[in-house]
Parts: sequence; structure tokens; C-alpha cells
Amino acid sequence: MATIKIPTPLRPYAGNNAEIEVNGETVGAILDDLTGQFPELKTHLYNGGELRNFVNIFLGDEDIRYRDGLDTDVEPGDKLRIVPSIAGGC
Amino acid sequence: MELRLSTDLYTQVTSHLESTFPNEGGGFLVGNLNGDTRTVTEIHPVENVFETEEQFHRFLAEDGAFQRIEDYADDHGLTLLGYFHSHPNSPAIPSEFDRVHALPFFAYLIVSVMPDGAAEGRLWELKSDRSAFDEGALTIQ
Repeated sequence: MATIKIPTPLRPYAGNNAEIEVNGETVGAILDDLTGQFPELKTHLYNGGELRNFVNIFLGDEDIRYRDGLDTDVEPGDKLRIVPSIAGGC
Repeated sequence: MELRLSTDLYTQVTSHLESTFPNEGGGFLVGNLNGDTRTVTEIHPVENVFETEEQFHRFLAEDGAFQRIEDYADDHGLTLLGYFHSHPNSPAIPSEFDRVHALPFFAYLIVSVMPDGAAEGRLWELKSDRSAFDEGALTIQ
């Protein structure tokens, strides 16, 4: 069992929880478990089958893009976090 | 959605956005949530780290800012309500770039900034199906 911190804007789609307990041996499996528990999150995390480009997943303090992406191993007790890039333009 | 700011806080927002003109500036809105009404109690300007030559029409918050300010809000019993950014020389209307990068629930305060200073500020919220923004009520008092 690991935990994942939900960003404030997505908490309404995750039962208003800031943290969720999740199961999985990789980051991809963890996200599958999370979106299985809270299907409404899928629209905001994924565009088709790919994570939206402004959605970053951290394992501890490290962005999984600098590890093995969705294949990054997760150990019991690990702490993950969804961190959106905040961008705008005109 | 209604977003309430004191005149002093709104002036802090516009002063920051005027300071970054002609480039975009931005930051986070922190405060209290009460049903559909959000009351801003503090603002947290952050650095724009988009490529320098594109900052006249693009904003990207510095690495770590979201985590730092969300943790601060959570630890202090406050809510990260949304974020503000400027549209230099452009109207305070969300662009397609804004929509693609937007999050639901968040209050998006966009301020048009012109060469002679901040102009109109308008409030927006992404529809839950991500298709467009709805305009909210911005109350400055």
C-alpha cells in the first residue's frame, strides 16, 4: 500500500480527499488503482491513453519522468504526488 | 463561482502584474472556501519560467511553487483557491492555451495589462468536461 497526494483542484473528483491509499507495484498500476477508485479523475489526468502533458507524478521528491515513467517501481509505504504544471497564455 | 478579494489584495495582484509587463506574470490565490464563494486571504506571486523570448504571451510557474504553496495552504487550514495571471496587451479572456492547461475547480483570475497599467480583471472557471470556461463573479471590496 502506498499513498498519493491529490492536488487541490482534483480533490472534488477524489471524494474531497487530500491523500488516497493506493495499491500497485508501478506508478502506472498505482494510477490505474486510483482512477478505478475515482473514475472522474481520468478526464483530468489523461488525454486518451496518455497522461496530460501538464500532469506530473512525483515519487518522493523525484519526477517519474527522470526515473522510468509509468514503469517506475513503487514500494509499500512510498509517497506519491500529482503535481500539475501551472501555465497560461494569451 | 464568486471570488472575493479586498481592494488591497487586488492591488497587490495588479501591481505584481504591472511589474512583469510586457511579459506575463502570475501567482496563486490562497484563502477560504465556503460553498461556491471563495475569499482570498493572501496572494503568492511566483516566477515565470517559460522560455524568456515567449514570456510576452506565455506563463509557466516555477518548479516547486505548486507543492510549496499547496503545502502551506493545507498546513494552515486554508485552500489553494486558484491562480492569477496577466494577458499583456490582450483582453482578460482565456485563450485556447489557457483551456488546454486548465484545471477544474480552480479560480482563474486573468488581468489584462496595457502599457498604461492594469486594465480589466475577469474571473473564469473550467467546465468539468474541460470544453470551455464559465465566467464567475469577481468581487473587489
